Amino acid sequence: MATTTKEISIGDLGARSHGAEPTLQGETMALNVGPSHPTTHGVLRLKMELDGDIVKSCDPVLGYLHRGDEKIAENMTYNQFVPYTDRLDYLAPLANNVAYAMAVEKLAALEVPDRCQAIRVLCCELARISSHLLGIGVYGMDAGAWTVFMYTFTEREKLYTLFEELTGARFTTSYTRIGGVARDIPDGWLGRVLEFCKGVLPVLDQVDKLLTRNRIFMDRTVGVGAISKEDAITYGLTGPNLRACGVDLDLRKDKPYLGYEKFDFEVPVGTAGDCYDRYLMRAEEVRQSVSIIRQCIDQFPEGSYYAEDAKKIFAPQKAKVLTSMEELIQNFMIVTEGPQIPAGEVYFEAENPKGALGFFIVSKGGGVPYRLKIRGPSFCNLSILEKMIPGHYMTDITVILGSLDFVMGECDR
Amino acid sequence: MAESEFAQLKERFDYLTERESADHLAVNCPADHLVGFCTALRDELGYDLLLDVTAVDWDAQSPRFTGIYHLLSTTKHEYLRIAVNCVDSIHPSLPSLSGVFAAANWHERETFDLMGIHYEGHPDLRRILMWDDYPYHPLRKDFPLAGIETPLPADDVAEATNAKVLPAPMAGGPFVSSADGPMSQTEPRARDESWNEQQEKPVE
Repeated sequence: MATTTKEISIGDLGARSHGAEPTLQGETMALNVGPSHPTTHGVLRLKMELDGDIVKSCDPVLGYLHRGDEKIAENMTYNQFVPYTDRLDYLAPLANNVAYAMAVEKLAALEVPDRCQAIRVLCCELARISSHLLGIGVYGMDAGAWTVFMYTFTEREKLYTLFEELTGARFTTSYTRIGGVARDIPDGWLGRVLEFCKGVLPVLDQVDKLLTRNRIFMDRTVGVGAISKEDAITYGLTGPNLRACGVDLDLRKDKPYLGYEKFDFEVPVGTAGDCYDRYLMRAEEVRQSVSIIRQCIDQFPEGSYYAEDAKKIFAPQKAKVLTSMEELIQNFMIVTEGPQIPAGEVYFEAENPKGALGFFIVSKGGGVPYRLKIRGPSFCNLSILEKMIPGHYMTDITVILGSLDFVMGECDR
Repeated sequence: MAESEFAQLKERFDYLTERESADHLAVNCPADHLVGFCTALRDELGYDLLLDVTAVDWDAQSPRFTGIYHLLSTTKHEYLRIAVNCVDSIHPSLPSLSGVFAAANWHERETFDLMGIHYEGHPDLRRILMWDDYPYHPLRKDFPLAGIETPLPADDVAEATNAKVLPAPMAGGPFVSSADGPMSQTEPRARDESWNEQQEKPVE
């Protein structure tokens, strides 16, 4: 039978239920989800066509959170852009800060000292734990398991206290500078990080007991939203979503940066690529991150937290600015003209909680990028929706979206 | 290391030229060879993951637009950057890679939306971040940071309220710096205070 599309509103539905003849048969229904809807985790909008309970086609509409970050970047110095990177993947701002600073440093061919690298590793891994804790929590909630969210959110709150101690802000951290970090770690902070690590593992075990063998959770996720290895690669998926499909690609292992090659950790890789595998990936990655953090703190290097020889890039210490003429001029130049970065083109991406966050920078020299392109992993991870959602039940959409763990901040930029 | 890699590529694809790069291998490729080159890269050389598609607007230079592609090999773990110049600077266009990599579909829609590059053979070249009727391409260098006044996307609201999409009020910030020029112009300042001898203070 030929099908036609008919847009219906709530009013229509009301009229139908009051004894109007059933005119729905043979028709498909247009369903709009979002942009403001709890399951879309932000402002994603899906335009779908339903045949009964089955989705026939899905057209994601983006751009509700587009702020023009790339345009803004072209109009300010490198350090001024750091706060904007907080607002890309706003669930892991510390990891974004690090990825951005490293991209610029790669263009300047600047090596940061060991201590700075170790601080940045801690930042990245704590951000990963924070992002995955939220990811697993809300994913459980999407699938109908409210309790998990309570456990993971409590742990995430403890992390935010640690972030606040380190950076002065809980959420928008803006912690890195080009050539270093904003300040050294506070006294006793490493001990408190270790304490947190000790506390988070039992919580993961509890989450494990609540979800991993939970009949309802498994019924809703096993075999749902399966992505084949080939599809995952051609659609440009990265991060846990790619690894769940059985592709062993983790930039920390395969393109080591920040000295990740020194740490002993495993990269979990899935087999089925379904919603259940994506949950397993994140849960295991948190455990691996805890292991990396422990190894990092175990051999935490002494030294400087910024590149001392990069006099045209990293602003000097305040005490020296107030007492020495040379440092005063240096500080003035970096604040007004920006860190001096040579001309060139560079692409750097880091393994962030959501996938590979990349920065492509074109510089003509000086303190302002000529062009800065942000490759948001969520943008690519969402592009597969058009392909994977058709054929699923409407109720599966919530679970599929939750399992992809995307953030619209870096998708729309 | 990068040089020998390039020599290997050059031997197979004699139309390539090497491109300056601060990191990994980068090549210039003519637009008419792009699809064939990328297909060979994907099928024979293992560059199977298209990470990013974007473009650079060189403003007054000719050619004005350069398309940029980043590929990663999931087996060899090597990056490759491909740069393709758009021959026509007024109506820039490039061949679409959406037949080779599915990821190109959205990336090309984004570049079309923000940079105004037309991708020949793209199945569904609509705007993706801005709304469908938006008349400009905001990432072009001649588009002002504050934006340009445009009609509201929702007709009924526009009619009822007479509202428009207005340029951002730049008074007091954000503090912006320009890429070139003497220091008196490049230091960060609020945009609306940038009047000087050459540029008069705007009238309220």
